[in-house]
Amino acid sequence: MVPGCRAAVSDAVTRLKLFVPLLAFAVLAPLLYWGLGRDPGAMPTALKGKPIPAFTLPSLTTPDAQLDQALFAGQVSLLNVWATWCPSCRIEHPYLMHLAEQGVPVFGLNYKDEGEPARRWLKDLGNPYREVIFDASGRLGLDLGVFGAPETYLVDSRGIVRARHVGVLDERVWQKEFAALYQSLQNPEER
Amino acid sequence: MLAEVGHFALILALCLAGIQAVLPLAGTYSRRRLWVAAARPLVSGQFVFVAISFVILALLFIGDDFSVSYVAANSNSQLPTHYKLSAVWGAHEGSLLLWSLVLAGWSLAVALCSRSLPVELVARILSVLACISVGFYLLLLLTSNPFERLLPIAPVDGGDLNPLLQDFGLIVHPPMLYMGYVGFSVPFAFAIAALLAGRMDSAWARWARPWTNAAWAFLTLGIALGSWWAYYELGWGGWWFWDPVENASFMPWLTGTALVHSLAVAEKRGLFRSWTLLLAILTFSLSLLGTFLVRSGILTSVHAFAADPTRGAFILIFLAMVVGGSLLLFALRGPVIYRQAAFAPISREAFLLANNVLLVSACGAVFVGTLYPLLADAMNWGKISVGPPYFNLMFVPLALTALLLMAPGSTLRWKQHAGALLQRPFMVLTVAAGVSSIIWLLWLGYEIHLVPVLAVALGLWVFLVSVWDVAQKTSSVRGRWVGIRRLRGSYYGMQLAHVGVAVAVIGVAMTSYYNEQKDLRLAPGESVVVGHYRFEFTGLEQVRGPNYIAHQGSFSISREGAPVALLQPEKRFYSVAGQVMTEAAIDAGLWRDLYVALGERLDDGASWTLRIYIKPFVRWIWLGALLMATGGCVAMLDKRYSKLAVSRNSVQAPSSEKLEVTAPEPRDGAGLPGRG
Repeated sequence: MVPGCRAAVSDAVTRLKLFVPLLAFAVLAPLLYWGLGRDPGAMPTALKGKPIPAFTLPSLTTPDAQLDQALFAGQVSLLNVWATWCPSCRIEHPYLMHLAEQGVPVFGLNYKDEGEPARRWLKDLGNPYREVIFDASGRLGLDLGVFGAPETYLVDSRGIVRARHVGVLDERVWQKEFAALYQSLQNPEER
Repeated sequence: MLAEVGHFALILALCLAGIQAVLPLAGTYSRRRLWVAAARPLVSGQFVFVAISFVILALLFIGDDFSVSYVAANSNSQLPTHYKLSAVWGAHEGSLLLWSLVLAGWSLAVALCSRSLPVELVARILSVLACISVGFYLLLLLTSNPFERLLPIAPVDGGDLNPLLQDFGLIVHPPMLYMGYVGFSVPFAFAIAALLAGRMDSAWARWARPWTNAAWAFLTLGIALGSWWAYYELGWGGWWFWDPVENASFMPWLTGTALVHSLAVAEKRGLFRSWTLLLAILTFSLSLLGTFLVRSGILTSVHAFAADPTRGAFILIFLAMVVGGSLLLFALRGPVIYRQAAFAPISREAFLLANNVLLVSACGAVFVGTLYPLLADAMNWGKISVGPPYFNLMFVPLALTALLLMAPGSTLRWKQHAGALLQRPFMVLTVAAGVSSIIWLLWLGYEIHLVPVLAVALGLWVFLVSVWDVAQKTSSVRGRWVGIRRLRGSYYGMQLAHVGVAVAVIGVAMTSYYNEQKDLRLAPGESVVVGHYRFEFTGLEQVRGPNYIAHQGSFSISREGAPVALLQPEKRFYSVAGQVMTEAAIDAGLWRDLYVALGERLDDGASWTLRIYIKPFVRWIWLGALLMATGGCVAMLDKRYSKLAVSRNSVQAPSSEKLEVTAPEPRDGAGLPGRG
């Protein structure tokens, strides 16, 4: 009796184990379904708290000059990823001009773009950037984990990434995600 | 008119697939022979109609029929003919049609090459395959019809194929990859048929093995071609990016590799049965999941395909039915193992078990990394992107461990390895591999780091042990030639594939650690030294291609004064699509690739930004993959798998071979020919 019973129990347990893959899939499927309606938009970065990756890339505006990560030392700044092929960047552009007028240092990362049209863009729409890194191959973008243009990173005076916003930067986003952090990072600098 | 015929042929293929999904399966339950026998003709019919539909789409492309919106969006009258052909599968609709065609092709292959299998098993397998076909035909017809017209006003010319895809790589990469993806539908169908029948024995495993090997070989080639294409076409010099779409093809490869190994145990020793069934289901499910991830746009990727939530929803429902249904079937009917046959910790089974655990863990790591951004977002943990650092951290140790087990594992015997694991020649080879890897790296002038030394040493070790094992097993009193002929195709295939892995791993380690890269600006007439090579920018001219104009730079490269190569990278402007493409120029070599890509002309009008790479051993990655795929093919062609057919047709089949058909070999069949 008892051994038979034990065998039956262990049989049932083994049989239940066979349901594990089904259960795992049952958990996964709603996630995928939910993912369908999702906007793969704003993402904070895995680089948060880490320095900007090392790079040596030409400047868009003065192509003779080679820029590197030392660019970000000495001031709290924004790094804005943009390209002429990105319509949202055009929408974002006036707000960057506004920030630059307020005295916020903005650096540009011209991402997977062409030099000529990009320079024309700055000529036509105005140049909010202190300096534009020309990343035609998207290599630095890859290192940064850029999902797509536009994207903006808040970088402190030691060149460390503090925050990131994917998508158009506007007054609302600035107030919500960047303004307070920007102030607090700047104050110790003055002391 | 032609387009409507293609559309109609597709509908007919759907109808035939629908009948094929129901009739033969129903026949196996109601014992109607005619219904069961209908499976093969139905497959042929289905294949013919989907092939007609595919050929018509190709004809529409060649004939520049821009009233068909898919043609208009992806072709152009100036496009060279061979690219017009490859444009057929250059976007969503056409690539789905290719999927369906390949699936019908595999079904037909099963129908034709299964004369030796029980007729009911074949009927079940073909019905399962038809179920999958029905899903894809519906997806095509309901959400992504390639034959849709742009009426009443047809455009005068088309929008051109994405320039990135105008390349030899695109002609071959997707069909190869699909052959692999879809090929795993065959072991899947075998597994479902076994579950439906409630029988899964070593004969089943023997029948499923060549199909699995074939699909695996195609998938290996497909992934390697994709990586090679990305390397020379994207202009980044990278060969793997851990991009969601790449991961989508890599995950089924990992579980597929595990399946290849667990099938060996299931056939030889009758162990790991439910695990093998689960792996077969899992591998095909991951292929489908890959399709879903690529087509639905729920994960952002560098492969910017048109994402469409409707299609995504359709594929998800289909995925839920196929995966959920098969896992439910597995849960209800999966074999319950009361007693595990014993095997010692030092035996081939034990090492293959470890292999399976490692491969599935690696797949799990890639899976988590690929889907984590989605999960983190769903759980409100914030939005996170997972990059190569995570994948390298997770994947490299697992891969190295698997490699560590590979050399001893493949030389061991089944059940229990008699004698010490560490035989003396084996130890000698181990030490030799370790020492020679360091000497090799020093001789090449590289710095010594732990990971590349480890990877190169393990690679050399696997290679040496394979050679030693072959030499040992082919030694025969009647001479080497007899010994060589005595061993089986599956054994040679295994050793070849293992050497392929070793070669690929050496390539990956060398390229990743000793790659030299320089971004600079250079004007014609100037030169620069990178590594041992001097790159001289000798000139620049404008060239005109069929549908683009390009700046072509000329670089003559020399090493210590001796000329090595002339490279001509291009910057192309495709006038119709208005896109600019970088065509890198590569001097390929077994030991190193020299890679020059033109960046941007600078404002002074003369100088250009350039990217120069020296990539040591990068070819070894694809060479290794080629060896692996060849190994898969050699194993697939093992005579043992076609034995039933042979012994029925020919008199000269030795009687000892006939015996094996009924009784699974008890002995080390991969290592020694069964003569029991």
